[in-house]
Amino acid sequence: MANIMIRQDTSGDLIFYLAKKDLEEKIIAIEFNSPDKWGGELKLADGQAYYVTPFTERPKLPITVRARRL
Amino acid sequence: MSALTREETQALIQEVLEVYPEKAQKDRAKHLAVNNHDVEQSKKCIISNRKSLPGVMTVRGCAYAGSKGVVWGPVKDMVHISHGPVGCGQYSRAGRRNYYVGTTGVNTFGTMNFTSDFEERDIVFGGDKKLTKIIDEIEMLFPLNKGITVQSECPIGLIGDDVEAVVKRKATETGKAIVPVRCEGFRGVSQSLGHHIANDSIRDWVLAKRDGQAFDSTPYDVTIIGDYNIGGDAWSSRILLEEIGLRVIAQWSGDGTIAEIENTSKAKLNLIHCYRSMNYIARHMEEKYGVPWLEYNFFGPTKIAESLRKIAACFDDQIKEKAEQVIAKYQPIMAAIIAKYKPRLTGKKVMLYVGGLRPRHIIGAYEDLGMEVVGTGYEFAHNDDYDRTIKEMPNATLLYDDVTGFELEEFVKRIRPNLIGSGIKEKYIFQKMGIPFRQMHSWDYSGPYHGYDGFAIFARDMDMTINNPCWNNLTPPWLAKSKDDTLHKAA
Repeated sequence: MANIMIRQDTSGDLIFYLAKKDLEEKIIAIEFNSPDKWGGELKLADGQAYYVTPFTERPKLPITVRARRL
Repeated sequence: MSALTREETQALIQEVLEVYPEKAQKDRAKHLAVNNHDVEQSKKCIISNRKSLPGVMTVRGCAYAGSKGVVWGPVKDMVHISHGPVGCGQYSRAGRRNYYVGTTGVNTFGTMNFTSDFEERDIVFGGDKKLTKIIDEIEMLFPLNKGITVQSECPIGLIGDDVEAVVKRKATETGKAIVPVRCEGFRGVSQSLGHHIANDSIRDWVLAKRDGQAFDSTPYDVTIIGDYNIGGDAWSSRILLEEIGLRVIAQWSGDGTIAEIENTSKAKLNLIHCYRSMNYIARHMEEKYGVPWLEYNFFGPTKIAESLRKIAACFDDQIKEKAEQVIAKYQPIMAAIIAKYKPRLTGKKVMLYVGGLRPRHIIGAYEDLGMEVVGTGYEFAHNDDYDRTIKEMPNATLLYDDVTGFELEEFVKRIRPNLIGSGIKEKYIFQKMGIPFRQMHSWDYSGPYHGYDGFAIFARDMDMTINNPCWNNLTPPWLAKSKDDTLHKAA
């Protein structure tokens, strides 16, 4: 489990940032992305995947959450 | 003169690594790379932010250097106590040339050294009493201070003093901001962790202080973050931002004050120059206050114009128009400078080895002068810095992370650049090797180098270093092939 930050860049892409590993990567796929459920498995552009417990609503970005590496 | 090819550079790295024992060779090989634009992610070609190899020379600093020397030190109206033995504060005092306005010793304290001067007794019995006493003395002698930071040195962490307890008690007594910074030197692998710790202490102890208070804001409020005003850098950046119609409400931390830091979250946009040392707090402010951040680069006219446009794009048309006007206004001045110096500098090769933002940010300025950066490296960078560097550097150039004294010397012997930009510890070695050198940590006692005004100084400095007549006198007279007139005159 690690604290990660998800933010939106100027072009609207979601960016995944893991400070401890200096990992800053585009999120290419997010499992749940609807107004009532958001989160789940995040696929990063470099091939890694992380899991974030889904939110019941779309959170305000940027947000720091706990994530688990898959 | 042509730069090395990819194979030659790779061979050079191999050659240099050969003298190491096998294990060291394996470790160091990960830190040296040939720049390759095809690589998307730096971690595939270079490893950074790792412990230095024991037994080699490194120029890295410690967490205390990152916190007191870089992030907190320039905050001018606070007293920064070097809590621990006397040396750490004394030998780093005022060395970074963070300029500020104010009367030193009255309302500003930038170049002074405050220390709790630990002795054996304090190590044995703890230093909390001493810290209490020193804070009282500071309050008595310097009543105009706006706050105090306690920068812990190594022994504080080792003996487990409860600095926070003292600080909390004193802060309630004095009503001022007193910040404990647990930046003991042994933490982390380099000064980089010190930056992070200092950022976190700002986040935890300072930033939220004025939340909810009224602030007379305008839609054009920006902050300069990560500009330490070395030789006046922040000032030459600030005037450009003001010229395009923005209002700079805070400078972090060169010529900065605690009040500015507390008000930073009220800005509309945080502008980050030194990404490495201040990105943490910018990310925090984006999350907590919704203040977006933007990296910019004020070295050299090309990058300045690019950055001004990028900054202006975040605001309305009025700002965009003014940005164009400012760029147009300085264009002829810059053209004149380039016309003067480019013929003298064109084609010269540069190698850089510094820290923070410079190994990538200055490349544009050198290229404006027709020079070529053939090697660059950081003392304490992380992956994300190299991600940004790979794009800036020409292909097949040399990248070195936390380069050792031996490696850097060998690279220089082989590449023979026309200029090296690094720190004071490298300066005299390379000058004795006959290679012009600029001390790029504090601009070799010159500066500013940021902004349009800074570029004029930058170009002049590079010219007077490279084209200095002294480099023609490296051959001693008795080795000179033909006796020239000057010798006869001397005889």
